[in-house]
Amino acid sequence: MKGNKAASLVIYVLLTLWALTTIYPLYWVVENSFKVKDKILQQSFALPVGELFTLANYRRAFDRLSIGRAYANSLFISGFVTIGVMLVAGLASFALVRFHFRLKKLCYTMVIAAMMFPVFSTIIPVYTMETSWHITNTSSWFLNMLSVILPQIAGNTSFAIIVLMGFVQSLPLELEEAAHLEGCTIPQIFFRIVVPLGKPSFVTVAIFSFLWSYNDLFTQMFFLRRPEMQAITRLLNELTSKEGTNYGLMAAAVTLVIIPVIVVYIFLQKYIIKGMTAGAVKG
Amino acid sequence: MSNIYKSKKYILLFLLPAFLFLIIYLYYPFFVNIYSSFRSIRTLGTYGKKWNDPWFENYVKLAADPVVWISLKNTLLMIIATILGQVGIALILALLVDNVSRGTQFFRTVFFFPIVISATALGLLFNLIFLYDKGMLNQFLELFGKTELTDWKSEAYALTTMMIPVVWQYVGFYFVILETGLNNISEELYEAAAIDGATRFQRVWYISVPLLRNVICTCLTLGVTGALKVFDLPWTMFPKGMPLKMTFLTGTYMYYQTMEAKNVDYGATLAILIVVLGVVLSRLTRMVFKESEDL
Repeated sequence: MKGNKAASLVIYVLLTLWALTTIYPLYWVVENSFKVKDKILQQSFALPVGELFTLANYRRAFDRLSIGRAYANSLFISGFVTIGVMLVAGLASFALVRFHFRLKKLCYTMVIAAMMFPVFSTIIPVYTMETSWHITNTSSWFLNMLSVILPQIAGNTSFAIIVLMGFVQSLPLELEEAAHLEGCTIPQIFFRIVVPLGKPSFVTVAIFSFLWSYNDLFTQMFFLRRPEMQAITRLLNELTSKEGTNYGLMAAAVTLVIIPVIVVYIFLQKYIIKGMTAGAVKG
Repeated sequence: MSNIYKSKKYILLFLLPAFLFLIIYLYYPFFVNIYSSFRSIRTLGTYGKKWNDPWFENYVKLAADPVVWISLKNTLLMIIATILGQVGIALILALLVDNVSRGTQFFRTVFFFPIVISATALGLLFNLIFLYDKGMLNQFLELFGKTELTDWKSEAYALTTMMIPVVWQYVGFYFVILETGLNNISEELYEAAAIDGATRFQRVWYISVPLLRNVICTCLTLGVTGALKVFDLPWTMFPKGMPLKMTFLTGTYMYYQTMEAKNVDYGATLAILIVVLGVVLSRLTRMVFKESEDL
């Protein structure tokens, strides 16, 4: 069915060429992160062996950049954003599908419309608001983290509600009715039946919330301005202006940020691809 | 509907957290942002001490600001690059993958993964690639005997250098969507066409592409709205619109005015421009790429 060999060969060559554009740059930066920093500009295609090899870039990344702390901040922020989005959107999607009430249609429209607000159009007032609550630009680590977590939860909530509503609609009502007869209260039905059955959908929501939050630079640029509060993307962004010509350090920092994501991606790719394209592909 | 869900007391409890977030963090700030565009605000985090004089001053400034027009032009170019580059390349790749039997999963994995990496990290990576003296690209061209170095960030190349990584990063996203669409096309159609003597190319052109129409429309709509949100990569590679403020996009210019130039109220006005642009463009795309019902 699939045609002749020569054509297939051409197709494979073309596909491999594109695959090279995604793999090679990554390989290149990892390779160069192990080289002496002045050599990157002369011998960037050579393998980092013998005299070229060094770990100095990494030592510097941990000493000078405190990349470890930025990691911790990032994980804290994105972890709580993920939990927050799942909880808030899970509850709302369940109520929006199962309950009947007068303002249901308005609520649904509000969720849909909320997806249209670009982050640019809310960020300045959100900053002002949080400043009046004294949670921005403070010396309290926790409050500063909170000032990023809250708007990021809000930014992901409506999309998550839409995804989860699709799941709740597909649940057969009989299960919940049976549980009700057994004497379950509504919160119990939600936490003991709906949530466990919806694991795949919740995983989808968790993945896009986490990645979106982890990779988001814009919000971090506004809220995490003190050096000790910086999360990973903010730190990377600062690197260009602070250490603009230390290309070895840059390669090492990029590698340190990319590698964990790639490792996780390799193991969870099925869910990640599904999670990231959830809005576009129905079903 | 069953009578379990008649009790009203839980409705509020379940809906309240989500709607508090939406109202406090999206709806309320959205309107305050409109208000802010009429105030005179020099410090981020305040509401300003007085109104602008005249109150619509920022909007007059907007129309007269040449950088606004540059950023609008660049944003439109970015949209075109998205449509042709991202969706176009993705479509070609998806059709290619659909015509081979092995390795589909591998290509899916490899094409998609730039999307999971932060655009900031990719920005630094591409900075190293496009470095003048001497990044990967210039060293690579040297291998082919080129003797002069090319400054990829100079005025002549800046826009292209900025758009290539953005396009490149998201090709895999549209590839996955289109490839899923292709998998939904029934194999029988191809078999019937093959029996009728259709060549491989004819099968692609007369079956795959027309049946994919709606999916392609979805991709184009996503592409247009996505192009308006691009921020991280351009800001990392070309901070402050360098060189000579010619690489600004509407989003990066809004950030620049708010955070670097300290014209907070003008930043708010630019944000409104972005909203208007988004509404107009999404209306327009829906009209142009209307999904067909008869498929």
